[in-house]
Amino acid sequence: MADATNLFRTCPRTGLQWHKPSEGLIKANAVAAVVSLLIGGVLALIVVLTRWQAVHLVGPEDFYMYLTAHGLAMLAYWIIFFEIAVLYFASSTLLKSRLAAPRWAWAAFALMVIGVVVNLVAVFRGDSTVMFTSYVPLPANPMFYLGLILFAVGALIGCFVFLGTLVIARAEKTYEGSIPLVTFGALTAAIIAIFTIASGAIILIPTFLWSVGYIKSIDPLTYRMIWWGFGHSSQQINVAAHVSIWYAIAAIVFGAKPMSERVSRGAFLLYILFLQLASAHHLLSDPGFSSEWKVFNTSYAMYLAVLASMIHGLTVPGAIEVAQREKGFTKGLFEWLRKAPWGNPVFSGMILSLVGFGFLGGISGVMMGTEQLNMLIHNTIYVPGHFHATVVIGTTLAFMAVTYFLVPTLFKRELIMPGLAKWQPYLFGVGMMVFTLAMMGAGTLGVPRRHWDITFAGAALPYEFPGAAWLMLGIVGVSGVIAVVGGAIYILITVGSILWGKPIQVSGYSTERGVLKMPVAAALTGHGHAGFGAPGTFVVALVFLAAFVLYYFVNWKYLSTVWGLS
Amino acid sequence: MSAIHPPAQRIWWKQPLDKIELAWILIAFVWCLVMFFMMPYWHVYGKQNLSNETYRTTPEIFAKKTQEVVDKHTVRTETEEKIPVVRPPAGGDVYLIARLWAWWPILELEKGKTYRLHLSAMDYQHGFSLQPENINVQVLPGYEHVMNVTPNRSGEYAIVCNEFCGIGHHKMVSKLYVVDK
Repeated sequence: MADATNLFRTCPRTGLQWHKPSEGLIKANAVAAVVSLLIGGVLALIVVLTRWQAVHLVGPEDFYMYLTAHGLAMLAYWIIFFEIAVLYFASSTLLKSRLAAPRWAWAAFALMVIGVVVNLVAVFRGDSTVMFTSYVPLPANPMFYLGLILFAVGALIGCFVFLGTLVIARAEKTYEGSIPLVTFGALTAAIIAIFTIASGAIILIPTFLWSVGYIKSIDPLTYRMIWWGFGHSSQQINVAAHVSIWYAIAAIVFGAKPMSERVSRGAFLLYILFLQLASAHHLLSDPGFSSEWKVFNTSYAMYLAVLASMIHGLTVPGAIEVAQREKGFTKGLFEWLRKAPWGNPVFSGMILSLVGFGFLGGISGVMMGTEQLNMLIHNTIYVPGHFHATVVIGTTLAFMAVTYFLVPTLFKRELIMPGLAKWQPYLFGVGMMVFTLAMMGAGTLGVPRRHWDITFAGAALPYEFPGAAWLMLGIVGVSGVIAVVGGAIYILITVGSILWGKPIQVSGYSTERGVLKMPVAAALTGHGHAGFGAPGTFVVALVFLAAFVLYYFVNWKYLSTVWGLS
Repeated sequence: MSAIHPPAQRIWWKQPLDKIELAWILIAFVWCLVMFFMMPYWHVYGKQNLSNETYRTTPEIFAKKTQEVVDKHTVRTETEEKIPVVRPPAGGDVYLIARLWAWWPILELEKGKTYRLHLSAMDYQHGFSLQPENINVQVLPGYEHVMNVTPNRSGEYAIVCNEFCGIGHHKMVSKLYVVDK
């Protein structure tokens, strides 16, 4: 049968096998993601140049509108389009399987695109300036909620296409043994996504009905609790997705194998079991919940999901270290790291993502997720400082890194401007690191988030923030512009490569397909190192822990000096 | 094999751990427990725990209760809008309204005394942000949140709104005074 559902091609460089319909879908979702990133990036520039108090680019109405659109374009559209592409890649391509129900996948894509357009049109009309969170009873145009719902339904269908593909791959025996770790991580992301989108539906559908006047009111506290079941959990999809990509890049660049499959997979299971509780992170300084509820939920039942992230943070670089040591880079603790391919953006992007996510996003996240400490930063600019470290340095940079690997094999084009690509992760990653640190610094000084003017011009009783806060916002401005330039280079290189990159000659499509095999030798010699294979990584992990402990208790010390509260 | 291939051992959960992983898991788990128990510990021994005492209310009821306190304990007014400055008896109940785009009234508290501070919003969600102390609490319409606060330094404070509440959000700022006896 010559119909497309049976056609595959094998990439001569990577050995990856692409299923024709799946290839088209991955391309479409990846392109939609990059277009969203472009929109979000332009908005980011306007927003950051406005918060830089000395520049103060646009007026308040525009600022709040652009900030709403920036959050949606980045947190929802760029990341979720890319994640759908990752799900199709991790199932169809990695398992050498045909994609389940390509027509449904195209319908999902169409729904998502329509949802984005409907939602962003509502925002740019100017009557839906409600921020990403759209807290009731702040009203938005019904189209705002409708667009989000359509987008979410599309993403949900995408998750089911992924699950269907796993079933097909198993039934048609396209692989031997268990699914690879990266697919396992993607499965984690998909399971969390289904829960997350269900939460979104539970709250956004009534909110839509409220906005058209069918329901009289939505309780603001209930809204916050359920909305964050969607809003925070969707960040856990990102974590599962970008950790999977870290493992994939370690495998692609170094041929690294997980130190122990059991540990890495067990850590993914902890995500599934406990990450959903994180809605509480946003409710710690709210009235109406008991402290018992807050403590149990905010800690993911005793920090078991934090434990999982700390495990991945060790096992990914640990796997790289083991692989590098096997290649002979065994001198001292860190020769393996010094001799890593720092000029390869696939690697440098991934390692910056890992380090930034752990040191900046992770530590700050746990601090602010502590019941009592949360009061010190709730709704200050510390909060966007934290989540830019997790979703921009963590997720976005990991996605950028893997793009440099995917463009040649997926689009059959050489990367243009490889010299510039080499620098892109540093420009973007380091820019964002400074940016997030300065934001957190400003938040510690009390600067509010989502705020147009910290001079309070025109207010009857203005407050003057300390000079250090102004300095911090100035650093936020400069480093934010640097990061935007880094992001623009990424878009330039990817779009430029797809359009003008030198074509790579590959074999055509055929109905022949391989089976994903376990290597015989590995299967015979066994598994796991059971030694002390990654001492350098362990030392770095201990440094991380020291920073973590220190920062954590510094904040308790600070808390002990503020007003008594009971 | 690598992470993009099936695990070498089909029954991957029987694969042994690397010693380094085991050590790190134990260390990380202990740290997780420490962080977990810090929260209940602080409830017992710490002096900064946000009260969860909350009642359902309506903007009308809350505004009425606030007005009663304002009528009784206003000591002066400030600005052209004549915002009342309320100095309740030490240890008493004080009410603070959050609305588009102002805090009302201005409070004057005594250092070292504990007050029951009632917070509620009249319209949208707002954010109570006490500066430069940097204590931040969410304020919701329909909920009356009662916090026991004990100012420990005298001086002039600001209350900034730090939850986006519409186009005038950045003008929603007020004062709070703490005076020595």
